[in-house]
Amino acid sequence: MLSAKDLVVGYRRGRPVLDGVDVELHPGATLGLAGPSACGKSTLAAVLALLLEPWSGSVTLDGQPVRGFRHRAPATQRTAIGVVFQQPRLAVEPRWTLDAVVRAPLVASRRRDDGIVAELTEAVGLTRELLARRPHEVSDGQLQRACLARALVLRPRYLICDEMTSMVDASTTALLVRLVRSVAAEGTGVLAVSHDDALLEAWADDVVRWR
Amino acid sequence: MRETSVTKTSVTKTPVANADTFTGTRQPASALTVDRLSVRFRLGRKGKAGIVHAAADVSLRLRRGRVLALVGESGCGKSVLTSALLGLLPANAQTRGRALLHGPGGDLDLCTAPERRMSRQVRGRRIGLVPQSAASHLTPVRTARSQLAESMRHLRGAASRSDVDALAERAGLAPASLDAYPHELSGGMAQRVGFALALAGEPDVLLADEPTTGLDRALVDHVTDGLATAAAEDTAVLLITHDLAAGRRVADDVAVMYAGRIVEAGPAGDVFADPWHPYTRGLLGALPDGGFEPIPGHPPELTDVPDGCAFCARVPDAPGPPCNGDPEPVAVGGRLIAGHVPC
Ligand SMILES: [Zn+2]
Repeated sequence: MLSAKDLVVGYRRGRPVLDGVDVELHPGATLGLAGPSACGKSTLAAVLALLLEPWSGSVTLDGQPVRGFRHRAPATQRTAIGVVFQQPRLAVEPRWTLDAVVRAPLVASRRRDDGIVAELTEAVGLTRELLARRPHEVSDGQLQRACLARALVLRPRYLICDEMTSMVDASTTALLVRLVRSVAAEGTGVLAVSHDDALLEAWADDVVRWR
Repeated sequence: MRETSVTKTSVTKTPVANADTFTGTRQPASALTVDRLSVRFRLGRKGKAGIVHAAADVSLRLRRGRVLALVGESGCGKSVLTSALLGLLPANAQTRGRALLHGPGGDLDLCTAPERRMSRQVRGRRIGLVPQSAASHLTPVRTARSQLAESMRHLRGAASRSDVDALAERAGLAPASLDAYPHELSGGMAQRVGFALALAGEPDVLLADEPTTGLDRALVDHVTDGLATAAAEDTAVLLITHDLAAGRRVADDVAVMYAGRIVEAGPAGDVFADPWHPYTRGLLGALPDGGFEPIPGHPPELTDVPDGCAFCARVPDAPGPPCNGDPEPVAVGGRLIAGHVPC
């Protein structure tokens, strides 16, 4: 389980965005978190992705307290959690091919490709021809497919999807969500953050709504 | 259901521009007629690096008081129409066909009108633009009121304080909030200021190019409500979007674009309730409440669009009316359909 207890976190002193929030992600389950812009849902996603350190409260990963955030997060904990953001163009190195984007986590953690790259790129519908292109040569939807494959390439036990589909069209949305559901069915715990209630109703096992 | 609605109508293969595409009994006046418009871009010297066929033989009719949603996946060529209608195509673009802006002084072909005329008479005045991120078009150092007032003075010659207040109210803004600077406005308020700017010249035609991308549901609803209100005030509205749900919410008419061509068009209620083209069905079937099934494959590159029906090249065995391979839409029972004519 990936859980957070009594979280207090914000960006400016004295003005917490989250104040006393508890959340639990269970293996194989998808939790939907709905709410308008600036309600704090992306802040929670960033904490659970170990990208933002809370002011107080605890984050626990499979029974172990999380010992650091951002670059101080231990590799074993960091690689157990995949993350996909809203804007793929801000999330990739513009000079790399999509193939290099997808492989980057394997390279960084010195792991071998045991066929996972081919498996994932097929699941997200990226052909060999598309994988050879660079970000400016593909659409937002095609780039987000690569970002999801990258987030799954280390077979994370948890996946954080922060507005993963809000820039892409309906068909790409359906494809990306189908893949996330299939990894959830194999045991990955998923947090799906979106402003789109109808999407989360169709995607998640439970939906929490924030104001 | 589909058979009874179609067998009574005959299939006429007339040039689309002459066929009154949405033949109701009485139609409101046309404000803008796009007549077999093609836009292509030559890449590299003399087009040696390829030709982008961004739009091919596109015909649309915008009517006063109605919202036409032009829907399709990103990269299908729909946004090039905004540039074409505003006379803002880059220098390497070539156009064919016409886009006639109708008015009391006669028709103006937006494809051939001189830039001087476009900038002085058309952009902002007869055609307003609601851009993708309205908020980013605001100047940070000036209040919303001063920007609206300047825009109105520029477009109408004068703007009293109460004129500005009235414009703000049309866009759903309280006049009191106009004295804020852009950074003090919420996303929703900034969007409304952008919307008010598009209305400042009292345009006959409003173009909204992906105005809902990345917005949360409340803001999407606000944008679509604003477009519906503008239409209710007798403006002709073109909503260009990949957000089918937003299109479905507000459109009176819909045109579906795939690989640079219109593949299906008609009254929104009819097309959404009973789509004939497999691409339209695929788009609706991908929505969370429509089955959540992706369309296999990818749209073709616009440099390399297959001949014939481009969608069947992607999905050969889609169910529904069989494909005759003709990429040219034909009029059938008040609707337009390419390739997949029901029988
Ligand atoms: Zn076909």
